[in-house]
Amino acid sequence: MVAVAREEGVLGTMAKQIEVSDLDAYYGSHKAIEGITMTIEPRSVTAFIGPSGCGKSTFLRTLNRMHEVIPGARVEGKVRLEDQDLYGPDVDPVSVRRTIGMVFQRPNPFPTMSIFDNVAAGLRLNGRVSRSELDGVVETSLKGANLWNEVKDRLNKPGAGLSGGQQQRLCIARAIAVRPEVLLMDEPCSALDPISTLAIEDLIAQLKKDYTIVIVTHNMQQAARVSDRTAFFNLAAQGRPGKLIEMDDTSKIFTNPAEKATEDYITGRFG
Amino acid sequence: MTTPSTATVRTGIRPISVGRRVKDRVVQVLICLAFVLALIPLASVLWMVVKNGMQRFDLEFLTHSMRNIGARDVGGGAYHAIIGTLQQVLLASLIAVPIGLLTAIYLVEYGNGGRLARTIGFFVDVMTGVPSVVSGLFVLAFWILVLGMPFSGFAGALALSILMMPVVVRSAEEMLRLVPRELREASYALGVPKWRTVVKVVLPTAFTGIATGVMLAVARVAGETAPLLLTVFFTDSINNDPFNGPQMGLPLYVFDQAGRPTDAAIDRAWSGALTLILIVMLLNLVARLIGWWRSPARKGS
Repeated sequence: MVAVAREEGVLGTMAKQIEVSDLDAYYGSHKAIEGITMTIEPRSVTAFIGPSGCGKSTFLRTLNRMHEVIPGARVEGKVRLEDQDLYGPDVDPVSVRRTIGMVFQRPNPFPTMSIFDNVAAGLRLNGRVSRSELDGVVETSLKGANLWNEVKDRLNKPGAGLSGGQQQRLCIARAIAVRPEVLLMDEPCSALDPISTLAIEDLIAQLKKDYTIVIVTHNMQQAARVSDRTAFFNLAAQGRPGKLIEMDDTSKIFTNPAEKATEDYITGRFG
Repeated sequence: MTTPSTATVRTGIRPISVGRRVKDRVVQVLICLAFVLALIPLASVLWMVVKNGMQRFDLEFLTHSMRNIGARDVGGGAYHAIIGTLQQVLLASLIAVPIGLLTAIYLVEYGNGGRLARTIGFFVDVMTGVPSVVSGLFVLAFWILVLGMPFSGFAGALALSILMMPVVVRSAEEMLRLVPRELREASYALGVPKWRTVVKVVLPTAFTGIATGVMLAVARVAGETAPLLLTVFFTDSINNDPFNGPQMGLPLYVFDQAGRPTDAAIDRAWSGALTLILIVMLLNLVARLIGWWRSPARKGS
């Protein structure tokens, strides 16, 4: 099934809908998030906001089965990508992550690799690809991440030599080079200056034409600027599991939220 | 304490007190002294070895064995011992490095601090403490006496590999743990399976450190005498076959020559020691070069 979905992805209909139902995530015996149900629309940007520790990053990581790489972490519930349960008994988590890419909070290019190799890493580490095909993918991905013009003359230089903002765009290029159908971003701008942040936000606006994008952010202006839908997470008290409070169109969440807690958070009365 | 000026009274920001300046000086001097003290034995050993070793450190020494060199003869060399040491250390590395590296990978990447991982960690620590003569005795008792194998360079390599393994495991483990979690996650998030992540991302990132650790392990075993004495035995002739018959090793050679009563033999012992030090230094240099050649800094900026 995943293989089929991937074929379609290559053919162009890349964005996919994600349906989450009644999802709990644990770290050992600690329940980090509880009872989350939501639908994430294709070809749109969905933002997760909420105070620190409310589980939005944890929830994001459950969407491509990255949560379980932490020892002792586990997930209960269902995540469906176009009708396929990602947590089904015979689903290969590796193929899930190939289909649902991820960009992390801190730029993390591979230090031993050049810019070119960083972008090519996903394809190269996954199997045999011809050099000419790689050249094409690397160029397209770097262009897609708005980085091509800045690095085209030094593709063989180490990726770690770029500035923070460039590194983050390099990581985005690396993530889209494997042609995922969904792109998860975990506070992708929190380590960047405003100019780099703007570059990434512009990029997100372009990418959403082809991808389903989910972004976790602490910056509410950013959520308001880039997202179509916004989900607000909160936790009842420290140590209690985080919950989804409400999810709606971004314009509605920021102007007329249904829940009082959302309004308090957005207007800065807490958190 | 210095008398505070009116300005310091107002802000509470004071100049460094005399007491602290004095303490700072005293500790600085003490540390420098300790450093010099630590250097004295090292420098004097190097000095002695170079000074005495140069007497006989010539082409004949490097290209001839001790075959047909009588007890009072001058001349002769350590070629047979150099060959022996290189072969034994190489074989020991071929055994110990893969096993040690795989153990370290298991401990860091797959063990998750479980019972098996903790048990292995404990036994690695125990192995670190095994005296070298014990590993020689073990190979003598098991490989040579029980299995009836001959004295050989390979038997010596087995004993050396027992000593090498824990050093390789511990240093490789440290280096693998230094690889940031984010890099592994970045790789997983690209849909790369765990084993490929380890091979293509984690190991290359830790390569320089692992190579240094392996070289330290090599340096440690290259100078071992006791296990060789019990396993490779002894010879004055060249034996190019490490799997058959007694061999020589540089530490053994030094031990042997230093015990002889003539000046010529003592000189040969010093030159043997110098050769051993040079070989270890050369190997270290090679490891550094490989590390530098592979580093991203060379390719960039």
